[in-house]
Amino acid sequence: MSHTQTSSRKRGKLVNLRNFPGFKPTAWFVLFFLYSPLLYVVIYSFNSSRIGAVWESFSVKWYFRVFENTDIQRALKNSLQVGLVATILSTTLAVMAALGLLRMQRAGKAVAMALIGAPLIIAEIVLAVGTLGLFIAVGVPLGKVGLMVAHTAFCIPFALLPIRARLSQLDMAPFEAASDLGANERQILRRITLPLLAPAIFAGALLAFAISIDDFITSFFVAGPGATTLPVYIFGMIRSTVTPEVNAISTLLLLFSGSVLIGSYLIQRKRR
Amino acid sequence: MTAVTTPPKKQAQRGRPGQSSPKLAYLPIIFLAFAIGVPLLIIVVYSFLEKPSQGTGVKWVFTLENYKALFIQEKLDGTTALDTRYIKVLWTSFYYSLLTTVVTLALSIPVAMWIATRDARKRNLLVALVTLPFWISILIRTYGMRQIVADEGPIGKFLGIFNIEWSILYSPPATILGLIYVFLPFMILPIYASAERFDFRLAEAAYDLGAKRMTVVRRVILPSIRPGVISGIALVFIPALGSFLQSDMLGGGKTNMVANVIANNFGQARNWPFGSALAVLLIVLTLLFVLIMQGAAQRRGDKVELV
Repeated sequence: MSHTQTSSRKRGKLVNLRNFPGFKPTAWFVLFFLYSPLLYVVIYSFNSSRIGAVWESFSVKWYFRVFENTDIQRALKNSLQVGLVATILSTTLAVMAALGLLRMQRAGKAVAMALIGAPLIIAEIVLAVGTLGLFIAVGVPLGKVGLMVAHTAFCIPFALLPIRARLSQLDMAPFEAASDLGANERQILRRITLPLLAPAIFAGALLAFAISIDDFITSFFVAGPGATTLPVYIFGMIRSTVTPEVNAISTLLLLFSGSVLIGSYLIQRKRR
Repeated sequence: MTAVTTPPKKQAQRGRPGQSSPKLAYLPIIFLAFAIGVPLLIIVVYSFLEKPSQGTGVKWVFTLENYKALFIQEKLDGTTALDTRYIKVLWTSFYYSLLTTVVTLALSIPVAMWIATRDARKRNLLVALVTLPFWISILIRTYGMRQIVADEGPIGKFLGIFNIEWSILYSPPATILGLIYVFLPFMILPIYASAERFDFRLAEAAYDLGAKRMTVVRRVILPSIRPGVISGIALVFIPALGSFLQSDMLGGGKTNMVANVIANNFGQARNWPFGSALAVLLIVLTLLFVLIMQGAAQRRGDKVELV
């Protein structure tokens, strides 16, 4: 498939069907639109002024403020704990679901897919208040354990996406070969299936972690006073006012997301 | 001329080496039934129960009042009248989501097409740039947007030079702008995925055979990216309909969408049964939309995965 022929000559003039007028400026405008709020947050995190929108002078004092704030540290710790547990549990359950669903009968599969698809389709607020109702009904105290359960549940569909995609592309030959050579199910799973799925499991785990760390609505309803996560804490800070401290936390989080992404990209490239 | 991607052939259902027993899926299904299924069931049940005279929660008495209260107001003197408050909230949510979908679609088609026609190196970089916001907290992105559109933010300052007044924060336009901002990547990416697979030699062939430029776009290019467009519409409209943060942080509580009213009823207003009825209505509307989209996709013969 070569794309060398990019234009057609007709009616005397050269027409390039790959460059429509207006597409390029629209694209640049959209990129500018996507990044200007983030850029603004980063720049103003270095503003010494207490009033967000007035530039005074360059300062890193808000970063010191963040590092000294024990509430932020506690919230970050909660977020990381919930995120890590939810990532491990949801990815494990997603692998089990992906493998088990392959041979499941139609009816069971439909029920499973409805449950897996629900968090993607139904508004998070509905699941959040429903989970609140569930925890109160069965007596689960609002706090970290409840958060881990809730986060695990809505992370499963996201962890499952890359795993299912990879599973559907797998070449069956190694499985047949292993089976012909006498390997049992368990050996095939451990020596062939899981290694072949590893990059997808990694991608799924990363996705689950990002979704959990980013979650606001469910955490807001289910966390209770003791298990405030970082987004819930930030929301409390910015609901009414603009504080430069939040710009500093946001910049740190942007840095974190960026480095995780670049790191995972490098790991995946190395594997190839 | 329809783009049909046929689903891969069904694999043999059983006995394939390497395919684990379906029992492996039992644990995740049981867990999801508990953590997703039961909460949804609880919402449905609560919507038919009474509100306790004091405190939060529900009183176990069956009633249809919550659904009635969505549309009918009971006055103090016992007479009833049509209550348009919640119909307005639903309409607002629908209208904002629709506007968000239309604007993101109009922006995304040119952007996705442009990215898809760059060379591989540039294309990868551009896709990464569009994907990156997805990994950044929606809370932070909405907060950044709030500072951009604030009266004394960069836009306000710039327009101030020309003595043009700028004041949209805490009003509907700010909410809609926030929704467009947050959901734009969800529209660009699926359309890009379709556009990338499109073989532009087809467009050139159509052109060489005498089709006008706009005809090529309408009859060749657009049908080819339709699966991406349909996925994009679903990926933007559905979460926008249930969005909470944008109307809370940018609309300033004045432009309530459904999610804000549900949250309020489970929070300060302490009316769980009524909040549940509203939640059930939101679920029904969402599922209705999913059915319409799937119908549209199937009629065209496209295979569009919404889940």
